[in-house]
Amino acid sequence: MNIVVCVKQTTDTAATLSVVDGEASYGDAALVLNPWDEYAVEQALLTKEAEGGKVTALCLGPDSAEDALKQALAMGCDEAVLILDAVFESADTLVVSRALAAGIEKLDPPELVFFGKSAVDSDTGVMGPQVARRLGWPSLNLVAAIPELDASAKTITVERLLEEGRQIVSGRLPAVVSVVKEINEPRYPSFMGIRKASKAEIPRWSAADVGLSGQIQPALSWPEILAPEKSEAVCELIEGGDASEIARKLVDRLVEEKVI
Amino acid sequence: MDFELSDEQHRWQETVHEFCAREVRPLAAEMDERQEYNAAAVRKMGPLGLLGLNVPEQYGGAEIDAISAAIAIEELGWADGGTALSVSAHNGLACAPIALFGTEQQKVRWLPKLALGSEGLGSLALTEPGGGSDLMGGVQTRAELTNGEWIINGSKAWITNASVASQIVTLCRTDPGGGSRALSLIVVPVGSAGLHIHPAEKKMGVRASPTHALTFEKVRVPEDHLLGAPGDGIYQTLEVLDGGRVSIGALAVGLARSAAEEAIRYAKERRAFGEPLSQKQAIQWMIADAATEIEAARLLVYRAAWLKQAELPFTKEASIAKLFATEMAERVCRNAIQILGGYGYSAEYPVERIYRDARLMTIGEGTSEIQRLVIARRVLGIE
Ligand SMILES: Cc1cc2nc3c(=O)[nH]c(=O)nc-3n(C[C@H](O)[C@H](O)[C@H](O)COP(=O)(O)OP(=O)(O)OC[C@H]3O[C@@H](n4cnc5c(N)ncnc54)[C@H](O)[C@@H]3O)c2cc1C
Ligand SMILES: Cc1cc2nc3c(=O)[nH]c(=O)nc-3n(C[C@H](O)[C@H](O)[C@H](O)COP(=O)(O)OP(=O)(O)OC[C@H]3O[C@@H](n4cnc5c(N)ncnc54)[C@H](O)[C@@H]3O)c2cc1C
Repeated sequence: MNIVVCVKQTTDTAATLSVVDGEASYGDAALVLNPWDEYAVEQALLTKEAEGGKVTALCLGPDSAEDALKQALAMGCDEAVLILDAVFESADTLVVSRALAAGIEKLDPPELVFFGKSAVDSDTGVMGPQVARRLGWPSLNLVAAIPELDASAKTITVERLLEEGRQIVSGRLPAVVSVVKEINEPRYPSFMGIRKASKAEIPRWSAADVGLSGQIQPALSWPEILAPEKSEAVCELIEGGDASEIARKLVDRLVEEKVI
Repeated sequence: MDFELSDEQHRWQETVHEFCAREVRPLAAEMDERQEYNAAAVRKMGPLGLLGLNVPEQYGGAEIDAISAAIAIEELGWADGGTALSVSAHNGLACAPIALFGTEQQKVRWLPKLALGSEGLGSLALTEPGGGSDLMGGVQTRAELTNGEWIINGSKAWITNASVASQIVTLCRTDPGGGSRALSLIVVPVGSAGLHIHPAEKKMGVRASPTHALTFEKVRVPEDHLLGAPGDGIYQTLEVLDGGRVSIGALAVGLARSAAEEAIRYAKERRAFGEPLSQKQAIQWMIADAATEIEAARLLVYRAAWLKQAELPFTKEASIAKLFATEMAERVCRNAIQILGGYGYSAEYPVERIYRDARLMTIGEGTSEIQRLVIARRVLGIE
């Protein structure tokens, strides 16, 4: 079974976002494989271990994103491709999904494409469904378990984790699956994987290489980026003889502050 | 000369660090308190390659370069001295002699399982109740070849991992005549009839690493469990210990780094006489000394590892690295406790535990005195 896993390079979760000269900036925060994508990589690897085949990691990003792909290779992915082109610099999700879908179509046709739930930086969570739509394949997102996968009958059944509970959905392959962290426990890269990854030459595809030409205009633009106003927090301890006195004083203060 | 880690080594360091920070370090205090081996974390180490550092890839190992091995052990030491000691002993003392001196058959038989940790770790049993420093004179455990089997009688003391091991590489006297060719290394499977593993020793530190006395009572193992040729034992042991000493040096660097990190964090937060401790020169000097000595020790460890990797003689350098790094770790931990004051002495903070762990490092795998003896002999040209 050919499997593709789409991975993004993001800042790590400890990074803080600020606005510098009108641009959103994470400063020099460490860049990592999007933490949610570790689950997608793990699921791709588990599926390959059960079904055979190969896993290709696909990323659109800048030069540095090669590092995220190396992490995916170190975990055990067989191949990796970086889509990199100056035209993608101010890409919105519509552009990114077009490029990823075009990249997937250039690879050996996969049965399954895995995504993370969302990227920890921009966090729109739409990339999986958008790519599915562009490929014309079923979109199975927020997947917490894959109880059935039948490569020969080309069917898949998944459990989706929704606020209301778990929803069981069946679909046909090829399909796009975006996973949540309940699905597995990502492995650590092994030394053997790291050795392979550090030797790997990762192919780079331009927009033209994946068949995108002409104007690649984002539908969205960010004309102005502002940092939210800083809110000052003041801590006030309300004391009293017993719980009911404290509660009464608290209510008075809240009324006074027009909170209630 | 190049002081940069390779891309591979960097990535490996990050991976092991991440693993240790998530799986090992958070449990260190509890494992110490309960004197318990962190089996869950060790089980997860096999697939990463942490249990087959010296094992060739063809036998399921990671076949790691010596510097990467030092990097891994330093990270483990940073996370938990006890767990690090068990993993260091497993790799450096138990897997190493099999990988170095085993026949093809022996390697196929033992290494893949040891590298995965699937049936437990490995141990090396040298020390006896009668003595550890003087192995040539002190080893009384006797192995006699009868009808194609070694029959082993005797006892060992202070054997790391014995209760969680599948194989114990045991230094035995195979020639009662004495001399430098009287000893041999024999692989004894745990579970062999007549092998008694006594309850874990109650120790000052490295309490997550089980240490046991062993009794061999007519233990029978097949003839082909002997590593190399009969009489090679002491030479094999000394060669293995050279590698083990680099590893203990790396472990000590990790311990010192961990204690120093805690002291630095504390010194920046804690205030006395109207300013953070980190503004006091007496404290700054302790921190500067720690930073300097940790760097120096790591360079000595890397240099010894580099020589080992290059297959150049490294006995003296391994002893120098171990001697300096382990005594350095004691000093750094001592000062870390000093910087934390009363809290440093409390089990609420990790530095007293790290100090207790560090204390072993100048004893195990050759005491500081023995390291000085090795170094002095080489420097003075004494045979
Ligand atoms: C610094 C910065 C500048 C930006 N500038 C603009 C801008 O000018 N205009 C604008 O509209 N948007 C901009 N964006 C947003 C950008 O378009 C989105 O990051 C991108 O479209 C992906 O959406 P997402 O990160 O929300 O992914 P999500 O939909 O949250 O990600 C879901 C999953 O999709 C996959 N995935 C996401 N991105 C990639 C990728 N690049 N390669 C491979 N797989 C991927 C991963 O599996 C991920 O888990 C910017 C983002 C950043 C960080
Ligand atoms: C937690 C722990 C784990 C251990 N794990 C293992 C293990 O896995 N396998 C194993 O085989 N052993 C193990 N040991 C044993 C350890 O290697 C020995 O304790 C050590 O080698 C010292 O031997 P000894 O205790 O017999 O002390 P002795 O050899 O009796 O030494 C006592 C003192 O005399 C000094 N001394 C000895 N000879 C000289 C000399 N020539 N000149 C100057 N001073 C000298 C020593 O430095 C020491 O200070 C472990 C010990 C501990 C505490």
